[in-house]
Amino acid sequence: MNVPVEYYMVLSGLVFLIGLVGVLVRTNLIIILLSIELMLNATNINFVAFSAHFGNLAGQVFVFFALTVAAAEVAVGLAIIIALYRHHASINVDDFRLLKW
Amino acid sequence: MTFPLADLVTILPELIVVVAACLVLALEPITPPRRKDGLAWMSVAALTACFIVTASGMGDRVGAFGNLVVVDAYASFWKLLLYVVSGLTILLSIGYLKEERIDLAEFYGFLLLSLAGMMVMVSGADLLVIYLGTELMSIPLYILAGFKRFEARSIESSAKYFILGAFSSGLLLYGVSLIFGAAGSTRLADIAAAVAGRGLNDPLVLMAMMLLIVGFGFKVAAVPFHMWTPDVYQGAPTSVTAFMAVASKAASFGALLRVMLEGFGGVRSNWTGLILGLCLLTLMLGNLVAIVQTNVKRMLAYSSIAHAGYALIGLVVAGWVGTNAGTVSQGTSSMMLYLAVYALMTVGAFAVIAILRRGGVEGDDLDDLTGLARQHKGVALLMLLFMVSLAGIPPTAGFIGKLYLFMGAVNAGLTWLAVVGLLFAAVSAFYYLRVVMVMYMREPSPEQARATRLALSPTAVIVLAFAAAGVVIVGVYPGPLVAFTSSAALP
Repeated sequence: MNVPVEYYMVLSGLVFLIGLVGVLVRTNLIIILLSIELMLNATNINFVAFSAHFGNLAGQVFVFFALTVAAAEVAVGLAIIIALYRHHASINVDDFRLLKW
Repeated sequence: MTFPLADLVTILPELIVVVAACLVLALEPITPPRRKDGLAWMSVAALTACFIVTASGMGDRVGAFGNLVVVDAYASFWKLLLYVVSGLTILLSIGYLKEERIDLAEFYGFLLLSLAGMMVMVSGADLLVIYLGTELMSIPLYILAGFKRFEARSIESSAKYFILGAFSSGLLLYGVSLIFGAAGSTRLADIAAAVAGRGLNDPLVLMAMMLLIVGFGFKVAAVPFHMWTPDVYQGAPTSVTAFMAVASKAASFGALLRVMLEGFGGVRSNWTGLILGLCLLTLMLGNLVAIVQTNVKRMLAYSSIAHAGYALIGLVVAGWVGTNAGTVSQGTSSMMLYLAVYALMTVGAFAVIAILRRGGVEGDDLDDLTGLARQHKGVALLMLLFMVSLAGIPPTAGFIGKLYLFMGAVNAGLTWLAVVGLLFAAVSAFYYLRVVMVMYMREPSPEQARATRLALSPTAVIVLAFAAAGVVIVGVYPGPLVAFTSSAALP
């Protein structure tokens, strides 16, 4: 059975929007980080769906790149969040007022 | 899979930078503390080697790895600029890191990795490669912004930079995935073909273009995507701020220009209006909010937003409807000239802030500059020079940069835009010259005079001298730089 590529695009659009809204409205840094990951994974859905649609393997290769970059980004991001927690004993963005947000 | 050797030769500068970065990171733990400067000098040597390789290889367009990466005069121009800025940042950091007691040589490794990302960005001819370049540029910068890890301000700036940087990368990558769906490829040439065929009637192309503009808008700090800039620039170590304000902005502009002209050149009449709106908003907000700042680093952050607005004039000119090929290259070359000039004066201004100490901490408040001219005449004079140049007053480089931008706008039939730019330059003179006024006209209190000290290391002197000489020389004799940028401009 073939699922039309539009269905995948709607799915990825929804996942992307959930991530986007999450970044904008949540205040916990870990949740914001997870929302950013959702945005990146929506991209991966797109890449894979288009790759199957065009019969073009390039899209699947892009997913590996995107995953690797996301992993590197999360590693640095979590380290920063830990350093931040040591200073403020909080990871709520509303608590960071040393610099005007 | 094998690569021809010629491809590796084409990306030789990138390879040198990455190898040098890895060497610095590997040698750091086994280097005794008093020999750490050696690693900084090794980084400078690598940059010098890259400069020679890039400068000697300048010329025709060469593609590598199946045209994923191109090296042309345009990319080479940005690379040369990035080497100079990185070299100046490293020289400035040698003394600054010791003063802040964070003299870890990893600093230079991360700086070089970030530089490698910027080089990939300006050389990329494929959106995915450009995306990888932006990530390689940004991830080390997140770390560098939090390098003063015992200071809450620095960590906070790092966290803010990370969240908004990762967010903007997510938008950029989603744009790349949509354009992949529309064109079946992420090569700029294939995108241009798809755009020429279907234009913006295809919602995928339209969405992708918007997301790419927003993503790059974050990276170049254009309003309304600028909100991270003041916080991050204020909290980060000053030499890192100089590097972010100049190098990452230049690389992002370089990539943005190539994507818009080579990828979306077919629909330039559709995106110029959008860029024009961003440009006007950026000029307005950057200049007006800078007026009320009392911290010099924060003021310079808003000034860097304003300068991004000026640089966007070049992109508007390059894409303006009805322009012929002559004004396109005039737009790109005036933007390149402007960013080169901006690099010199901004690095100089941040270098002055980096060496100014007030009672053990950085003197980055406007008050800390009070009466500087009485105690340290030379440094005050240099700051005066950089401020005058940032305001765009002749005979400095800043004037030449604005002159060519506005000339391009007038030639493209956008005289009103040049007038708006001129008006905001007049507004900016107010806050730049206020710094001069504080240095020259105010009397410092005795405690203040005692607490002020200059941490002037020999390498910082080199940075200041280089920036000042550049500002003056380009100001009075701009010919060679202008000729160089026009020969390297995108057609």
